[in-house]
Amino acid sequence: MNVSDLFAILPLLILGGASVVVMVGIAIRRSHALAFALTLIGLAAAFASLWTVAPEAPRRVTALLVIDQYALFYMGLIIAATFVVALLSHGYFARHEGDPEEVYVLLLIAALGSAVLVASSHFVSFFLGLEILSVALYALNAYLHTRRLPVEAGIKYLILAASSAAFLLFGMALIYAELGTMDFLRIRAMLSAAPDASHAVLLAGTALIITGFGFKLALVPFHLWTPDIYEGAPAPITAFVATVSKGAMFALLLRYFYWSGSRQFTPVFVVFTIIAIASMIAGNFLAMMQSNVKRILAYSSIAHMGYVLVAFEAGGRLAAQAVTFYLVAYFITTLGAFGVITVMSNGERDADSIEDYRGLFWRRPALATVFTAMLLSLAGIPLTAGFVAKYYIIFAGASSAMWLLVFVLIGSSVFGLFYYLRVIVAMYSGLSHGHGEPEAHSPASSLVPALSLTGGIALAALTILLVWIGVYPATLFQIIHSTISNSSIL
Amino acid sequence: MILIWLIAILLIAGVLAWFAGRFSALAARWISLIAVSIDFVLALRLWASYGGEMHLAPQGGWVEQVNWSWIPQLGIRFHLALDGLSLLLLALTFLLGIISVLASWREIQEGVGFFHLNLMWILAGISGVFLAVDLFLFYFAWELMLIPMFFLIAIWGHERRIYAAIKFFIFTQLSGLLMLIAILALYFIHHAQTGVYTFEYEDLLGTRLSPHTALLLMLGFFVAFAVKLPMFPLHTWLPDAHTEAPTAGSIVLAGLLLKTGAYGMIRFVVPLFPDAAHQFAPIAMLLAVIGIIYGSVLAFGQTDLKRLVAYTSVSHLGFVLLGIFAWNTWALDGAVIGMIAHGISTGALFMIVGQVQERTHTREMGRLSGLWSTIPRLSGAAMFFAMGSMGLPGLGDFVAEFLVLIGTYEAHLIGLTIAATVGILLSTLYALRFVQGGFHGPNSNQWSVKDLAPREVLELIPMVVILIWLGVYPQPIFNTFKAARIKLQGYAAQTAQVRGTLEQSSLLHLTGVRR
Repeated sequence: MNVSDLFAILPLLILGGASVVVMVGIAIRRSHALAFALTLIGLAAAFASLWTVAPEAPRRVTALLVIDQYALFYMGLIIAATFVVALLSHGYFARHEGDPEEVYVLLLIAALGSAVLVASSHFVSFFLGLEILSVALYALNAYLHTRRLPVEAGIKYLILAASSAAFLLFGMALIYAELGTMDFLRIRAMLSAAPDASHAVLLAGTALIITGFGFKLALVPFHLWTPDIYEGAPAPITAFVATVSKGAMFALLLRYFYWSGSRQFTPVFVVFTIIAIASMIAGNFLAMMQSNVKRILAYSSIAHMGYVLVAFEAGGRLAAQAVTFYLVAYFITTLGAFGVITVMSNGERDADSIEDYRGLFWRRPALATVFTAMLLSLAGIPLTAGFVAKYYIIFAGASSAMWLLVFVLIGSSVFGLFYYLRVIVAMYSGLSHGHGEPEAHSPASSLVPALSLTGGIALAALTILLVWIGVYPATLFQIIHSTISNSSIL
Repeated sequence: MILIWLIAILLIAGVLAWFAGRFSALAARWISLIAVSIDFVLALRLWASYGGEMHLAPQGGWVEQVNWSWIPQLGIRFHLALDGLSLLLLALTFLLGIISVLASWREIQEGVGFFHLNLMWILAGISGVFLAVDLFLFYFAWELMLIPMFFLIAIWGHERRIYAAIKFFIFTQLSGLLMLIAILALYFIHHAQTGVYTFEYEDLLGTRLSPHTALLLMLGFFVAFAVKLPMFPLHTWLPDAHTEAPTAGSIVLAGLLLKTGAYGMIRFVVPLFPDAAHQFAPIAMLLAVIGIIYGSVLAFGQTDLKRLVAYTSVSHLGFVLLGIFAWNTWALDGAVIGMIAHGISTGALFMIVGQVQERTHTREMGRLSGLWSTIPRLSGAAMFFAMGSMGLPGLGDFVAEFLVLIGTYEAHLIGLTIAATVGILLSTLYALRFVQGGFHGPNSNQWSVKDLAPREVLELIPMVVILIWLGVYPQPIFNTFKAARIKLQGYAAQTAQVRGTLEQSSLLHLTGVRR
């Protein structure tokens, strides 16, 4: 480990440093504005440092970390998403009783853990990153500790994440016991040298690792925690769990299974196919039965992770590009959707009932338009990033002739339309034009959207990005294409 | 460039109308009206500048085109192109666009700005469908029509609007995705053969396909278009959507959205998969004839005027489908004129039903009847367009049905021709029932309402004139369509030849050469 190694992991150092600075800042002077400003500066500095580090890539920093274009791209995505979550959190937590400052410390730590995950090339850094992320999330989920649901969400997440981490550790241990290495690339070398080295143990280890991934990504059948956590956690934190935590995990999934060569095992392939199909179908069908917007989005996220798996299964460079593109679109869309929920929520509860959105368009057209755009993007309708992303996934699936997965994707996503349309219809209903429907009754608790300046900026930026990518995706394609081509991800 | 403007004007006007609608409903209406009128004038000028006969440029075979790079990494281009067929349908689009803005002048009183945003964007999407020759762009425009149409039905529709809107959306979305798979499969097969990634219509025409694959891919396209058309038995969304939509929505649905299905059949299904289409033609034509008869019978059985008109669409578009799959000169001419005439006559009928409902607040025949004595002008117009719909000689629909029947007979399908002729007979029944149930008879309900206002007369007169013109002197339409038709037939024959799967006689059939 020398100076240039340290330089290569500058973004990680800045994120870690920023969390310490914010913590010390809070100790000196408890001020929401100060903590918020320090966080944004830290995130911006970390984001800027990606460009200074880029010339160093690709580079192995000890056995644990690899800084290549792929890792840097995902770090950028994570940092940007955390930035948006911080913007949303500012208005949200200011409206709640209790001190909001520590949220930022935890967010920075969670971002650090995620950034470690996407750069890890070794079981140790994999596990360290995961734990840094998870521990911060336990606290974030339960941050509003005077309310019942967030605390419940925090405890549920703690128990399930801890047990899944145990599975993961056991899986790693099995593979290590068999092959004597924890380095992804060395695993691949060992596997190709001795192709049939006691398959049973290796497969058992891989299965346990899949369990660990499946939990974090909320894939069926490891998805049971998702709706409760989504519903219970504060809205901006849900946005973080849905995007950064899952995105980082997926980036690692891609790297691990490609680098270690485990993807070539037929059983692994079959298992992922089954998981993908089950996730798409269960996610979409269960979402249809919900009437809570956060729970709808929870189940829809299960389906979306299933879609991404379709591209993952397709394999090859195209698949890596499709996965990355989809995740970018998914980040924008999910942050936007939860952003709207965040600004709709008041000090007592989150705006998570469909009733809260009834007639929203006629009261707050801008907010309803943003939410519509986000939901349409989740449904994959043209002019939004979600359309191009879903198209790219189908494209990747079709190019590898994975027709079963493609047909399930298409069939289940049509059912997915139902629940997105339900929310959209609610937002536009309440026109009193004579056909017997009562005038839009403003919900009793009178949720008045409190659009803070920061939240407004975040939502506007996300919407513009969403449409921009939906209409002219060539720029993003170009960036992702060069990122994947310059990374030794395959 | 003009093609871009045709679409851009609508998109921009929609947004402007939305903003304007927040201050003044009237401004939103005028902005939309002016924008569509400009487009209409542009389309007419384009037509006039080619003297009514669309000679195609030797390179590319298009009258006008725009070809920009869009997503080069995937071989997607922003390629719009226009030939006679597109031009006819575009002119129809803008004409009905004007009519639907006028038809909603009084009907829509709430959310006016947003209504016009949706209306303009639907028209833009439809124009995109008629112009796109990059298959990705085509799919993009195809999907783009849906959301605003969904809103139009779901927000401003009648009693069961939500159900109808969601049903419409799910049907078209699912079938559209099947087409997407077919498009992608074609794209990858083409790449495997040539090493080039392209969605370009003319490049994909020459793709070699095994008969089995061609049939599957053809079905992917066919189902998407058949749902829109709508072909029996995929039509069940239509009566609901038409009945629940506001008047402008019904006009756009019947007049234009259904035409995108027929257009897709002519432009894509047969030229891209001539052999498969030839093989599949008997089934398609049989379903078309079933649709003709079934639509008429069900229309006859309705008591809701709007639902009655909705079912007649199933019948009329059956003729169009029959004509397309007969694929000879007469049948194709008939199909195209059928599309235009149906757009005009059914659009007008929906407008009339809308006007009746505006005055009486009902569409039930049981509660209407005898309107003639109180609103003679409106009733007379209803009578006229009902006659058009049943195919009275001298009006547009007659020419269409006549040509399609000749074309079908020419294709040696005498049984189908006879059955379709029976369908014409049945259309008399529903047309008469429409007039009798709604307007004739004693005014037992004591209706006393206002007759047509000058604005409403102005809306109806051009449609009367056009329908008579189409019936008496349809030659300009044929002239405009001719070059495009010959090119499409040439494409079909060329594609079949590349694949070498058809014997010589069928090839002759595809080029439309009569034996």
